Amino acid sequence: MERYYEEDLERASREDMLALQNEKLVKQVKHVWDSVPYYRNLMEKKGVTPDDIKSVDDLHKLPLISKADLRDAYPYGLLGCDLKKCVRIQSTSGTTGKRVVAFYTQEDIDIWERCCARAITAAGGTDEDVCQVSYGYGLFTGGPGLNGGSHKVGCLTVPTSSGNTDRQIMFINDLQATILCCTPSYAAYLGERMKELGMGPDDIPLKAGIFGAEAWSEEMRQDIQNTLGIKAYDIYGLTEISGPGVSFECSEQTGMHINEDHFYPEVIDPDTEEVLPEGSEGELVFTCLDKEAFPLLRYRTRDICVLSREKCSCGRTLVKMKKPKGRSDDMLIIRGVNVFPSQIEAVLLNQGYPANYQIVVDRVNNTDTLDVQVEMTPEMFTDNLGEIEARQKSLVDGLKAMLGLKAHVTLVAPKTITRSEGKAVRVIDKRKI
Amino acid sequence: MAIRQISVFLENKPGMLETMTEVLAAADIDIRALSLAETKDFGIVRMIVSDVYETATVLKDNHFIASMTPVIAVKIDDKVGGLSNVLKTLSAASVNIEYMYASLAGKGGNACMIFRVEDEKKAEAALRAGGFKLADQETVAEM
Repeated sequence: MERYYEEDLERASREDMLALQNEKLVKQVKHVWDSVPYYRNLMEKKGVTPDDIKSVDDLHKLPLISKADLRDAYPYGLLGCDLKKCVRIQSTSGTTGKRVVAFYTQEDIDIWERCCARAITAAGGTDEDVCQVSYGYGLFTGGPGLNGGSHKVGCLTVPTSSGNTDRQIMFINDLQATILCCTPSYAAYLGERMKELGMGPDDIPLKAGIFGAEAWSEEMRQDIQNTLGIKAYDIYGLTEISGPGVSFECSEQTGMHINEDHFYPEVIDPDTEEVLPEGSEGELVFTCLDKEAFPLLRYRTRDICVLSREKCSCGRTLVKMKKPKGRSDDMLIIRGVNVFPSQIEAVLLNQGYPANYQIVVDRVNNTDTLDVQVEMTPEMFTDNLGEIEARQKSLVDGLKAMLGLKAHVTLVAPKTITRSEGKAVRVIDKRKI
Repeated sequence: MAIRQISVFLENKPGMLETMTEVLAAADIDIRALSLAETKDFGIVRMIVSDVYETATVLKDNHFIASMTPVIAVKIDDKVGGLSNVLKTLSAASVNIEYMYASLAGKGGNACMIFRVEDEKKAEAALRAGGFKLADQETVAEM
């Protein structure tokens, strides 16, 4: 039986949801206008005042903001309330060199944790579950978000944070953990390690996993589900908007329900910035409808995806977003072709390779080179050089078919690609442009 | 009687072969014969060793990918035409050779050739009929 954490909101009729969104938006725009001079300035430049925004249909009149604005306004420029009211900050990893600091009031944290509680409940979690949170705790939103959600659901929460893999496995076994929360790459690594220790899917007490914070392919989901003997649920979020739980997957596993009573989504053309009709692929933009401390309006996520309002078998009416192909930050342009690491991952897993891979991009004689390094497995190894070369060629062909680009494939020894305990480093771009 | 060869996957980069031989040396394993097949990116090391199971175990423990492959070890007189005589016998029996390599000369002055063939049984029968001596796992380890 499908369970809901906040059934009235998760299954609200379209009319009720719109009414709620409109009411919240009008209030929120006034709040931002009054308390965030940086955004008020952008509105004035566009000639918009709060009176012009009467419903979500007027949203397109508001200016978009991007990561560049967050950098300009760092650290306090986008603060929406008195610092005295703020109780916490979280921050992005800054892997792309652009660190973001987001602020939270107690009410903001409460909303965020309720969103995570919806995700855990959708994955079958109840107060009878033992939920191990192996996302990093600290500035990263993964650990604190799921930790709070797990408390709200009433799970026995095991805050292992990331790392110390054998201890993670010990807790999973000793405490009979039933839900695991971490990045998909770490879930794959935990699975690999448990297999090494002789544990099969039937020996592992876990029944569900909530995995996010990085792009992963459908093939990787199958792989993790089979190794751990669980159902693997995707979760999506970003620090700028709150953290994990902006959207979450249900039992149907065909996309993530956006908590649209808090975060209103739009899809725009990333070049013209125009709002696209439902069902179009484009860049996802979020408006925080009720956040106090960090109330971003029309924030460009750089995530390319599609929204769908098709009826979902889980009974939720919340709009669904398809799994993003990857952040446009992660997108590589190689010889003019757009390449997402998740596309490469799909080909690798399809051909039976492990999810341990690295993508090295370089520029040699003014031409981009793409080298996909993947670990050889004992099952694939044969004494016959020709057979291994044929395997290598079939991978090159598979990548060519997927990307329209000739890649070089390097088969490397096992355990040579560094295992990640948090977000995996998939791409090494050596080009100096 | 086919004997077991250890085949190891190695990345084609400096130090890989050295690391592998170090692991074997630490486990007191003697390499009796060795050949290397390589492409630009990777190679396969093929070895006849003093202790096959110990070798497979220590390689696995050190994260090398290795497998055992059946091969035939034929004793060859160390004189002109020695190898040619063996090959004549094999080709007369239509045995296809995938690869071959030589071992170190042993105590009796006899060299050994290691053959990987498509059909070991057919090759063995032909060689025995031709009067050649085949080494077994123990004698090849001690040669």
